Amino acid sequence: MQYLLLIYSEPANDPQPDETGAAIMTAYREFTDAITEEGILVAAEALEGVESATTVRVRNDETLMIDGPFAETKEVLGGFYLIDVPDLDAALKVAARLPGSWHGSVEVRPVFDWTKVEL
Amino acid sequence: MIERSPIEQIFRDEYGKVVSSLIRQVGDFEIAEDSVQEACEAALKQWADSGLPPNPGGWLMTTAKRKAIDKLRRSANYRRKQRDFGYREQIDRPGGDPMDDLSFDGSQLRDDQLRLMFTCCHPALGVDAQVALTVKTLGGLTTAEIARGFLVPEKTMAQRIVRAKRKIKSATIPYRVPTDDELPDRLASVLGVVYLIFNEGYAASSGADHVRGELCDDAIRLGALLEQLMPDEPEVVGLNALMGFHHARKATRVDHDGQPVLLEDQDRSRWDAATIADMDARLIAALRRGQVGSYQVQAAIAAVHATSASFSATDWPQIAGLYDRLAGLTPSPVVDLNRAAAHAMAFGEAAGLEALVTLADSLASYAPYHSTVGELLARSGDPAGAIRAFERAIVAGTSEGETSRLRARIDQLKD
Repeated sequence: MQYLLLIYSEPANDPQPDETGAAIMTAYREFTDAITEEGILVAAEALEGVESATTVRVRNDETLMIDGPFAETKEVLGGFYLIDVPDLDAALKVAARLPGSWHGSVEVRPVFDWTKVEL
Repeated sequence: MIERSPIEQIFRDEYGKVVSSLIRQVGDFEIAEDSVQEACEAALKQWADSGLPPNPGGWLMTTAKRKAIDKLRRSANYRRKQRDFGYREQIDRPGGDPMDDLSFDGSQLRDDQLRLMFTCCHPALGVDAQVALTVKTLGGLTTAEIARGFLVPEKTMAQRIVRAKRKIKSATIPYRVPTDDELPDRLASVLGVVYLIFNEGYAASSGADHVRGELCDDAIRLGALLEQLMPDEPEVVGLNALMGFHHARKATRVDHDGQPVLLEDQDRSRWDAATIADMDARLIAALRRGQVGSYQVQAAIAAVHATSASFSATDWPQIAGLYDRLAGLTPSPVVDLNRAAAHAMAFGEAAGLEALVTLADSLASYAPYHSTVGELLARSGDPAGAIRAFERAIVAGTSEGETSRLRARIDQLKD
């Protein structure tokens, strides 16, 4: 089962370029190394800040662009890990090890399993 | 008891066992439940014509299993599932006799129910969903009955159960007993759900729907099952003793008109002495293991009340001490309120009122807070203050019975 771990946090709480921030970055690196070692990491990326976002909609053949995120929220998506583990319990344990769950929140979303669709 | 035909009663008794066993075998909540449902429908027809089979539970298991196998064969991903769960042996067992299922009451069956209980009470599900799913799958009550028991519209309850089942499937919530490192947290959530089910039933007065009484029976049965399977967990014994003590006093909690009767006015000769003695012995054995938890402490408080010869003979200093312990284990304003009331009984109204001062804000809209304050003020010779507090309790919202009791108390104080 693949699960997407979405890291949401208030930008103000994100790791700053100080000692605490450096410690968190080290924790992220160690976490990433560890789950790579364990063979459960599928993909992971950190995102540029939400102020760099552009939202696109096409309506009546017209492309509309908005400077900013899809929804203005206090906590914003800052990055993700895609992991492959046997079940939700395993995914939740990985989420609790993810440093993002310490300075923000981690949403655990099962990836849709197309093989379960009866065609 | 609810009016049920003998066949319906069999369904209720066997449902949880058959579903939990089938879920293990097919690994799919929905297929398992649908199959058991269809087996019950088939039973209704067949048993009406040819009478009850010798082992109705085994008959339901065998029929439900055949229906589940049909469903699996029809599904496009049969092969994949076969690979995942190793159905082949189950289904194509050479010479496999479906009547093997007649040996139905094994430890396997209890293990299946335990696994299912942990799945239903998984913390990734909301507490409301955990409670509903547990009563539905392990208690064998219908959705309509559960909706009545929890006083919500049937549609709401149906959605709650469907959503929970879908999440179990789509998020792959595992069907197993948690590992040792997860067990303390996970067991706490199972015990919490069982106690919520019990309380929902217990809160109902005698005049209320009988479904609610059956919720108590279900909770007691689930608690007993947990104790049988996890005999080394003193908190399980604690919860069972707590429910047992409450249940033993059930008959005296309301009068003939359904009005609540205060502990001090209850007829102790009508309490179930045998259950109380049994629970007391088991609780003491559990406490001796030295792993005290909140259910054991709550049970100990209930034990002091249940074993006291009369209200006036109650050992209040001991109860106050137990509440101190409970407030340390599970701090909450409601525990603090009961603690204050116990301190008032043990050490005088002033001690109780002093303990209540800090709760004024957090419990401002909680009726029992105001009625406790009122009672303590009345006893310490401040009838005007007491009346104000009782009126606030009524404004905060009390049951019909409690409102009329408080009104009577106000009239008494005005005289």
